[in-house]
Amino acid sequence: MDQLLQHGVNALILGGTYALLGIGLTLIFGIMRVVNFTHGELYSFGAYMMFMWVMFAGVNFFLALVLAVVLGIALGAVIEVILLRRLRGADIDTTMLVMIGAWIALQNAEQLAWSGVAKSIDNPFPASPLVLGPVSVSWNRLFVFAVALALIAASYALINRTRLGKAMRATFQDRETAALMGVEINFIHTATFALGSGLAAAAGALLGPVFVVYPTMGDLASLKAFAIVILGGLGSIPGATVGGFILAFMEELGAGYVSSGFRDGMGFLLIILILILKPTGLFAQKERIG
Amino acid sequence: MTTGIELAVAGLTIEFGGLTAVDDVTFEVREGEVLSLIGPNGAGKTTAFNAITGYLEPAAGEIRYRGALLRGLKPNAIAALGVVRTFQKTSVFTGQSVHDNVLIGLHLRSKQRPLAILLGLPSVAREEKELASEAARILRFVGLEARVGHVASALPYGELRLLEVAVALAAQPRLLLLDEPVSGMNPVETASFMGLLAQIRTLGITVLLVEHDMKMVMGVSDRIVCLNHGRIIATGPPAEIQRNPEVVRAYLGEKFLHKA
Amino acid sequence: MKRAATLAWLLFLFSVPLWLGDLYVLHVLIVTGIFIIAAMSLNLLLGYTGQLSLGHVAFFGIGAYVSSLVSLGFEVHLLPGWLVRLEPKPVWLGMALGIVFAGASGWVIGKISFKVRGAYFVIVTVSFAEVVRLVALNWVELTQGPMALNNIPALTLAVPGVFEFTFLRKPANYYLMLVVAVLCYVLIRRLVHSRAGRAMIALRENEPLATSVGVDVTRYLVLATMVSAAMAGAAGALYAHYVRIVDPDVFLFIYTVTMVIMVVSGGKGTLAGPIVGGLIFGLLPEVLRGLEIKPEVQWVVYGVLMILVVYFLPDGIVPAVRSWWQRRGEGPSADATGRPTAEAAR
Repeated sequence: MDQLLQHGVNALILGGTYALLGIGLTLIFGIMRVVNFTHGELYSFGAYMMFMWVMFAGVNFFLALVLAVVLGIALGAVIEVILLRRLRGADIDTTMLVMIGAWIALQNAEQLAWSGVAKSIDNPFPASPLVLGPVSVSWNRLFVFAVALALIAASYALINRTRLGKAMRATFQDRETAALMGVEINFIHTATFALGSGLAAAAGALLGPVFVVYPTMGDLASLKAFAIVILGGLGSIPGATVGGFILAFMEELGAGYVSSGFRDGMGFLLIILILILKPTGLFAQKERIG
Repeated sequence: MTTGIELAVAGLTIEFGGLTAVDDVTFEVREGEVLSLIGPNGAGKTTAFNAITGYLEPAAGEIRYRGALLRGLKPNAIAALGVVRTFQKTSVFTGQSVHDNVLIGLHLRSKQRPLAILLGLPSVAREEKELASEAARILRFVGLEARVGHVASALPYGELRLLEVAVALAAQPRLLLLDEPVSGMNPVETASFMGLLAQIRTLGITVLLVEHDMKMVMGVSDRIVCLNHGRIIATGPPAEIQRNPEVVRAYLGEKFLHKA
Repeated sequence: MKRAATLAWLLFLFSVPLWLGDLYVLHVLIVTGIFIIAAMSLNLLLGYTGQLSLGHVAFFGIGAYVSSLVSLGFEVHLLPGWLVRLEPKPVWLGMALGIVFAGASGWVIGKISFKVRGAYFVIVTVSFAEVVRLVALNWVELTQGPMALNNIPALTLAVPGVFEFTFLRKPANYYLMLVVAVLCYVLIRRLVHSRAGRAMIALRENEPLATSVGVDVTRYLVLATMVSAAMAGAAGALYAHYVRIVDPDVFLFIYTVTMVIMVVSGGKGTLAGPIVGGLIFGLLPEVLRGLEIKPEVQWVVYGVLMILVVYFLPDGIVPAVRSWWQRRGEGPSADATGRPTAEAAR
């Protein structure tokens, strides 16, 4: 029972960051319909940025976090403008192939820059964990959870309460009408992609100090993000949030009670099962097959 | 008794969200005739087509082709029964040559099995030759023989629509559903198409037509069914329909309807 | 004209081991050839049928593992207390079973693909490959996990009492690869120029139109996936008995990406495309290695190349060369009987 509680707490914390990954991708894959294979690379970019600013430049941990997210947003914007803008009307296969090319290039550039050795990032939190009865949580992870929740709330508010969010939703539901109503389409595309990428970078920046940083960490992140988006339903932020937590719980329970080797496989099994049983996901907004 | 009746549609109702696109529509298409479905835009004509040919699930109603229930069948199964349709928006295999387009249309007529194909049996090569000459024959029939080797995307609009008909004819329909076949055509092309339609009739093919071009509709149809807001408002031969006040009101196109 | 060129090309290919002294280069050619077989099979699914399958390496790996396990023999506890044992079987049987199992997984994926199209299908296929990789990695009792299956026997063809030949040395394996590659090419060409191939192309180009003339979507998706998977499985089996060591890295996504690059840059939906793409991207790493360029740089180059190809040669190299050739006024066109041009007949 105690173990179950511990797993539960771990899952909760992991779920927060997974939710960030999922929300970021649901904006890009769900709303923009881009099969974004670079999502995981933004995740590792966020982690590497933390490494660079904290360990190399000696910058304050929290400032580095902000920097990592801001730079992630910037990188996302650059990718959208350089690579995706020309492909605006193209079919999904073409865009996907370009994203694959970008992903390969980015990951290997990272490897060139920082080598394949795993890196760890110091954090300013007390080393001994907070103990609440049978459960113990490191302060670092607690911080991660808090920030993740804040970002989730912020994303929700942005999409649903601001003009920018409204413009985003309008653009991707009906571009022509949105354009007629004065929405700056190019800007919205770039902003959406950048925002989604920023969230991935945030997830990476938060989890980097918790685990270790290595060049291929983004691959699993990408695939898990897709699992979450499909589970939650394309384009649904609540769906991605819930999906993120569900995946985290499944991983924790799977690792704890089945086999730790299969932890990462949970996500994929989940994807396959969902797509066979209920392809539109839990919170489907608009059904899209093909 | 179903002798003489190709298609029997009874109580067809199709809903989208809260909207009833087709509302309790009942009509039949008799063997060998040309029946036209007319009505203003949004009247539900193409929607009815889509339901008949299996692309849409109706909310209610029965659709029988020569007695066989069509509802619930996939489009390719309906085609195998002899019911073939064309599409409202120009629909061909754009990257393929005109010849290959028709070859694809001949899919149902071919008997090649995957194993025979992989083994390279001579029966496959023989059938390929037969299919090739059949494709040429169909292209001659619609008047596209000069375009045999050309890629479909290179064809001008009028010829693209002819190609569509060629592909549909290749599937050996007994009932042919044409969705606005002459829309976008100039008068010369339309007149030429009417001639083609007459020739299709001589093959014994029954035709169900959706069209806006009133001159053509009045010229080729044996009977006409007029839809408005998803309901049938009139059925009958062209002369009757032309004079029907309901129809006139639906269209507000008196000029066209009073032409002889 | 085309026949003569093909014959000359084949003769050249068959002659290579006779004059190529450098065994390392021969090795590279063998591995490239095996990848080309896999790429051709992917082309059937991705290029001709238009199904975005990014899990192709799963079929390759399944062929490799099944063939190896059958020829090595194994012993596993499927359930506590239920021991399943297989004695080592002849390699040709292993290869055949590898092809069968790969084809069967292709059948499963094909069935799923009907319900799950477009971008969703991409994700299912990627996930499938990852799950298979994780199984190979973690089911150590069966697969030895990361410690790999070693000492996989080479293929032996024997007629008892008459002759026995084991494909141990490189020239022998080169010929084996070449024979399989030519066979696969012929099979794909037959398929593509038949009713089945046309149905697949029709599904890719315009599915509603295809169904309106009677094409059964599920049937042809499944056929395409099955044949494609079986062929990839054959390539995997060849690979296993040539390098004679197989580990879960054979399922890495990067190999699927390599195959995709080969097909897309060469020209998806053309017969020659995967061969051209395969030669370029199979030999390029060796060229780069010769120039002492780090593998990471190579991959960055690949990534950029792929983007450039998609932008500037969206149909791939082979179609681009063909239309350039035709625009020069030479080259094939519709012949006297009015049969379709080479471009359309691909």
